[in-house]
Amino acid sequence: MSEKPVTGERRVFMTGNEVCAWAALAAEADIMYGYPITPQTDIMQYWTRLAPKFGRKFLQTEDEISAGFTTIGGVLAGKRAFSATTGPGNVLFQEPMSMAEMMRIPTVVIIPQRGGPSTATVIYSQQEVTMTAFGGNGEGFRIVYSTAGHQDLYDYTIKAFNTAWKYRFPTFVLGDGYQAKMREPLTIYDPAQRGIQMVKTEPLVGLEGTPGRDRPTQYLRNTYNTEEELYEVVMEIARDFEKAAPEIVEWQDFDTDKEMDVLILAHGVVSRSAQGALPLLREQGIRAGHFRPITLRPMPEEQMRRAAAKAKRILVVESAYGQLLKLVQQSLYGLAKPIDTLLRPGAGVTAEEIADQVKEGR
Amino acid sequence: MAIRMVLAGEGGQGVQIIANILAESANAEGKEAIYIPNFGVEQRGGVSIAFVQIDDQRINSPKFPKADIVVALSNRAVNRTRQYVDGRTTFIYDNSLVAAAEIGAKVMGIQAVEADPRSQRQTEAVDDSKKRDQVELPGEAANIIGIPANDIAKNELHPRVFNIIVLGTLLKATEVVPLDRIKEAIEEKLGDKFAKNQALRELNYKALDKGMSLVDRLV
Amino acid sequence: MTREKIALSPAMPKCWNPETKPHKFCPGCGHGLALKMLGEAIDELDIQDRVIFGCDIGCSLLSWDFFNVDSVQTHHGRTTPVITGIKRARPELIGIAYMGDGGGYAIGAQHLVNSATRNEKVTAILINNTNYGMTGGQMAPTTLPGQKTETTPYGRDPEETGYPTLGPEMVAAIAKEGAYVARGSIANLRQLKKFLKKAIQNQVDGNGFSFVEVVSSCPTNWRTNAEATWSFVEKDMAEYFHVGEFKVPGQKEEK
Repeated sequence: MSEKPVTGERRVFMTGNEVCAWAALAAEADIMYGYPITPQTDIMQYWTRLAPKFGRKFLQTEDEISAGFTTIGGVLAGKRAFSATTGPGNVLFQEPMSMAEMMRIPTVVIIPQRGGPSTATVIYSQQEVTMTAFGGNGEGFRIVYSTAGHQDLYDYTIKAFNTAWKYRFPTFVLGDGYQAKMREPLTIYDPAQRGIQMVKTEPLVGLEGTPGRDRPTQYLRNTYNTEEELYEVVMEIARDFEKAAPEIVEWQDFDTDKEMDVLILAHGVVSRSAQGALPLLREQGIRAGHFRPITLRPMPEEQMRRAAAKAKRILVVESAYGQLLKLVQQSLYGLAKPIDTLLRPGAGVTAEEIADQVKEGR
Repeated sequence: MAIRMVLAGEGGQGVQIIANILAESANAEGKEAIYIPNFGVEQRGGVSIAFVQIDDQRINSPKFPKADIVVALSNRAVNRTRQYVDGRTTFIYDNSLVAAAEIGAKVMGIQAVEADPRSQRQTEAVDDSKKRDQVELPGEAANIIGIPANDIAKNELHPRVFNIIVLGTLLKATEVVPLDRIKEAIEEKLGDKFAKNQALRELNYKALDKGMSLVDRLV
Repeated sequence: MTREKIALSPAMPKCWNPETKPHKFCPGCGHGLALKMLGEAIDELDIQDRVIFGCDIGCSLLSWDFFNVDSVQTHHGRTTPVITGIKRARPELIGIAYMGDGGGYAIGAQHLVNSATRNEKVTAILINNTNYGMTGGQMAPTTLPGQKTETTPYGRDPEETGYPTLGPEMVAAIAKEGAYVARGSIANLRQLKKFLKKAIQNQVDGNGFSFVEVVSSCPTNWRTNAEATWSFVEKDMAEYFHVGEFKVPGQKEEK
């Protein structure tokens, strides 16, 4: 069982869901808990085929509530545990994830977004941004990576485990149905050979020795009796989150080093279309740049503001009706820039459509 | 050069397999490739549709408005893929399955098994009951290639290799991926089955050749 | 102070956390008795350093720091999946999920049912006091016909709200060989402890799911004095909730 699932580097051509399963294996994930929902299910299917070969485990639960809480159980036991869900399943995940948030339980959940609200489509969307970042009855002390393709899915699934265990916040890898189902090439690798050290896990219950005698007993709770008690707890989480944020934020920018007519803001797979729109606009003499937040929570606000300050106006593009837009407005508050939008809830956006919108908004 | 393809047919016609073979061959060729299969409810009882993109550079958006090559293997598939056809599109359909309302001068390829492979069958006026099941071909396409792949598969080879005939025609007409790479991808996919049944290998390559013989010019 | 307290309470189970005693349950509440039997069972099985104790929301959450065993307080109804998740990841641990009737039979019923059908090697203990105690005495799945609660002020009408859930009967019906299912009562502590011990031993032996319902009391919300409380537990509840073992591994199915 000591055999490594991925050795060296290898160019492969596979679906995003298969990529996630390989990444979790390479990241030394111990156990997956999950409940079937399209387009997530293939992650479970690949995992159940691969995991036993490397001594890893799987449990199919009765629903996503249970998938979330059993994942929490796995982490409490000191294992690198993860799950995957989407859409209505992600709705049910909000309950366990709010517990993970409160108790600083480093769960990892992969979310290939599908259309919403309700059952909607099983195809594609970017409508789970608000829920993944801020779902639950709290402030959204979570880490959300938004991936734009298969290399991202591999890199950030591995990274999610380390970010979660290092900072102790529930961490999400936000993909979408296209990425889940499509095949494209990427390079898979053994993290260790690239100098990526997996952060050591540790049990939160079931520690060595007799509790109360050899060591303090672990008492973990999410219930508090007084306003003051809760205030202290939440403020401590908030301080930790804000302190960690500058180390966690990630972004990419394209052609943002000089003055721009327009800065296109997009995340995830739509960022690829934005990148594709840049040469189309350049041909027509429009100076366009693109800023892509990779972490949607915490948001790379400073970096986004810096880029936005150099643009005459902003274009927010997303496969949702204003979820990224809200985060952008919040990040750019006070910066007097007109914001144009291309909002396509549950529908893909092509480079051509973005270029057209830029020209129209001119 | 970016090439965008849409392939559609009825479930079981094997469009996903040929889409996958095309994308994998391109990947093996060292190109960037994206293959998106059909989704969700479409997997059950709907039109099976596949999107393939091949490029020398990283491909941006997974979906696209218009395709360079569209393959439609049933009436429903013609309607489903119509939106992806424009003046630059090469449109390939199976004329033994698709009942075209009218076949214009653009249509190339053979029109029926029994017909002269180079001939173009002129459509006659048809009665109304037939018309109901007919479908307009996307006239705006740059090229329209009709091939009786289904009939050929049934009558000359084996119904199972119907999709490989279509693949052969697509390759011959567009040269989107080198033939050798396609053969490698087929070996990779079906090598195990071939090892057990040598006749199956011959059948697939025959189907590929047959498909290629159905068109004589590059578009 | 603490040491003195221990010295004065020789009957306190070794695995109890003396720092949190006396406990916070209302006078006359059955939770304390059930937890005492559970403590003695843990002591007698000598598994204190292997037990993970999970407690639900509702009055059961007051047990979150009750034992000197690693403990996790979860969400309402979700203790069974949390303990299941722990057990699946670390089978050498002994997982005990402690909940009330609302948590087990209403909001978390799907987890109880599916853990039982999957024969999860965990032990679920459910306190049946016929009402939602923590929220002030509303109707629970276990409220008896005619019983008055805050949401059935004229008495539970089975026509409107159905009959009380018979948990062990249900679990016994769906669980397969290897499961242990029993119903004990705070009216018979010796028997209750025996059931709890067998339920935990069943997990230690790796047989399968184990489930014990405890017929318990809630004088605060029942608004009963000591006499009426015991009468309700021993007569009214006993009539509906039959005490005994419903499934024991290795025993021939009755029928």
